[in-house]
Amino acid sequence: MRSGIFTQGTRTTRWAAAGAAMVMAGVLAGCGSGSGGSDSGTLTAYVYGDDAVKVQQAAVDTFNKTSKVKVKLVSVPGTDYVNKLRSAMGSPSAPDVFFNWGGGSIKPYVDSGDLVDLTSTIENDATLKDGFLPSIMTAGGLEGKVYGVPMRGMQPVMLFYNKALFAEHKIEPPRTWEELQAAIKTFKDAGITPFALGGSDKWPELMWMEYLLDRIGGPEVFRKIQDGDTQGWGDPAVLKTARTVKELIDDGAFGKNFNSVDYGNGGAPTLLNKGKAAMHLMGSWEYSTQLGKAPEFAKKDLGWTAFPTVAGGVGDPANVVGNPTNYWSVNARTKHKDTAVAFLKTMASQTYAQALVDNGDVPTTSGAASMLSGSPNPQFATDQYDMVRKAPSFTLSWDQALEAQYATPLLTEISKLFAGKTTPEQFVEAMKAAK
Amino acid sequence: MPHPTPVAKRRGAGKAAVGDVGRPPVAWAVPGILFFAVFAIVPLAIAVYLSFCTWDGLDSPTLTGLDNWTRLFKDSEFGQAAWLSLLLTTISWLFQTPVALLLGVWAAGRQRGRAFLSAIFFIPLLLSTTAIAMLFHALLDPNFGVVRTIGPWLGIDPNVMGSSTGALLVVAFVGGWQFMPFHTLIYQGGARQIPEVLYQAASIDGAGLVRQFLHITLPQLRHTMTTSSVLMIVGSLTYFDTVLIMTKGGPGTDTTILPYLMYRTGFQTYDLGYAAAVATALVVVATSISLLMVRLSGFGSMRSTREGM
Repeated sequence: MRSGIFTQGTRTTRWAAAGAAMVMAGVLAGCGSGSGGSDSGTLTAYVYGDDAVKVQQAAVDTFNKTSKVKVKLVSVPGTDYVNKLRSAMGSPSAPDVFFNWGGGSIKPYVDSGDLVDLTSTIENDATLKDGFLPSIMTAGGLEGKVYGVPMRGMQPVMLFYNKALFAEHKIEPPRTWEELQAAIKTFKDAGITPFALGGSDKWPELMWMEYLLDRIGGPEVFRKIQDGDTQGWGDPAVLKTARTVKELIDDGAFGKNFNSVDYGNGGAPTLLNKGKAAMHLMGSWEYSTQLGKAPEFAKKDLGWTAFPTVAGGVGDPANVVGNPTNYWSVNARTKHKDTAVAFLKTMASQTYAQALVDNGDVPTTSGAASMLSGSPNPQFATDQYDMVRKAPSFTLSWDQALEAQYATPLLTEISKLFAGKTTPEQFVEAMKAAK
Repeated sequence: MPHPTPVAKRRGAGKAAVGDVGRPPVAWAVPGILFFAVFAIVPLAIAVYLSFCTWDGLDSPTLTGLDNWTRLFKDSEFGQAAWLSLLLTTISWLFQTPVALLLGVWAAGRQRGRAFLSAIFFIPLLLSTTAIAMLFHALLDPNFGVVRTIGPWLGIDPNVMGSSTGALLVVAFVGGWQFMPFHTLIYQGGARQIPEVLYQAASIDGAGLVRQFLHITLPQLRHTMTTSSVLMIVGSLTYFDTVLIMTKGGPGTDTTILPYLMYRTGFQTYDLGYAAAVATALVVVATSISLLMVRLSGFGSMRSTREGM
């Protein structure tokens, strides 16, 4: 065709085309420039959007009363949080301060130099240094350095059980492996699933691996893996863990349906509160989940205890796994680093800890013990706090401790192991080979 | 057209230079082309570019040549995902086409209560995929879902979502349930286009309902079938939401179809380069299958089904 598109057609169409082109250009320009997140005088903080945000919002409001630079709290809906943060951090509108799980969840940001190393800041500041339980501070760090300040309640994984079922069958919650096996047999014979497990969500299966490996080989085995040594999966304790899982499945410890039971939509918790399952290994949020789903059961028949010992294991039975807490980290590109640190310091305050307690959380501050009697559920809060305070080691959930590039294949491999698609040996090989 | 020249003269009046008379000028296509370029061609080009890079979404992408592509062909998980995608597509087609075809032809008629029933059949298409997936997920809960109560009567194991074949069939079924009304609608439209005289002539010649269906309806719906099948196949190949909500690719990786593998690699593992390679491979496969179907069915030659009438 000889003539170009703009020389052809009537005047009207030419204008229409030009107009459309301009609109498109506008769209393109709009894509390029993000609205700056940290305009002068504001400090943007991203937080995981759930019920607890009101506690952080209150802290922000109090802080803003005296601070010249104002903190702006952005609540990102939970399911989108990780992705939203990820894309924001790579853009000009990155937050100054953001919520995270410590460990592997911040490793990519640490590697690309996006985070402020808070080690010396904390070392030189009595409020921050002595403000929190030591195991919590270490758990969120990376290779001996600290990048975050605890900002929410602790979430250790505990063994929850149905007291009514245990009373009915006249047994005690298991403390040793033999007792656990006896309990499995008793409940199976009675037609009750010994352990509820939300296998379709995958991460509840991970909790079993975490505790078993800790009890069998001690926390050092996973520490090594977390620090970047994938050959650490070759440790004999990992193989034994995987074999123990297989034995449990073959023994019917989780029933037959666990692959299609979920946690997110309430499958596994309902099994426990309806008396169809006797025990449930779950994070401490299980308590509030049950309180919401079956308040009667939660108040009367919900029991909790530590994960039992495993025969021949070298791990300290007082060790805990789970999410120690959540942390605030500071973006290295922030214009208001001092304000950020000042805001982080308020996390160690009595007022903030009290607000967490009132919300039903168990704070990770060192002086929280005395406040717990005022908690909506004092016994549970105190037991949980003591469990974590006495724990020599608190292993961060593997899917948070490892970077996404290892954590996602890990969840897939664990799901395959539990589904019986791979043998324990194949699991170990697959993990060693993970790139 | 019996008299093309006068028409052309009238349209071209005052603009003698215009050559292609009777067709709108290319300028009309500019908004469409621009829109397509910005939202389809450019992203596609970027995806192809990314497939030759390593990128975690934080730093800048670094070119690594053919690394992702060599990995793709060796990756057993990709192989499995491709196989599962093809399997799902085949099952979906076999499940949806006969039902949609029969329903569509039925809905094109003038029976009593047809409009009412058609409206009911249409409902699944109006629901959001997420809502449908959540609904079926609840129905298929092995302990508290309906499947627990009525499953055994129908010979369905309540743990259907926990078994490899079961989970894949469920995904195919839920997708089919949702999109069948759409294809019914396409077939209904197609069947309405068939000239009544064909049936009248066939009746006079003594052809029964089945013969009329086989020798008039089916051949007349050839192009409709191609349209519906291409949409169905491309839809199944890019099917994603239901897997994400109902199975998360499990049990194990037994429902990890290509789009889900792409999502997992891209937005959970943040291996965006490799995810782009998976995506590009998916585009190539889906486009080739569509083109192949159009070619084989003779749809592309645009020959009328009414030739000789």
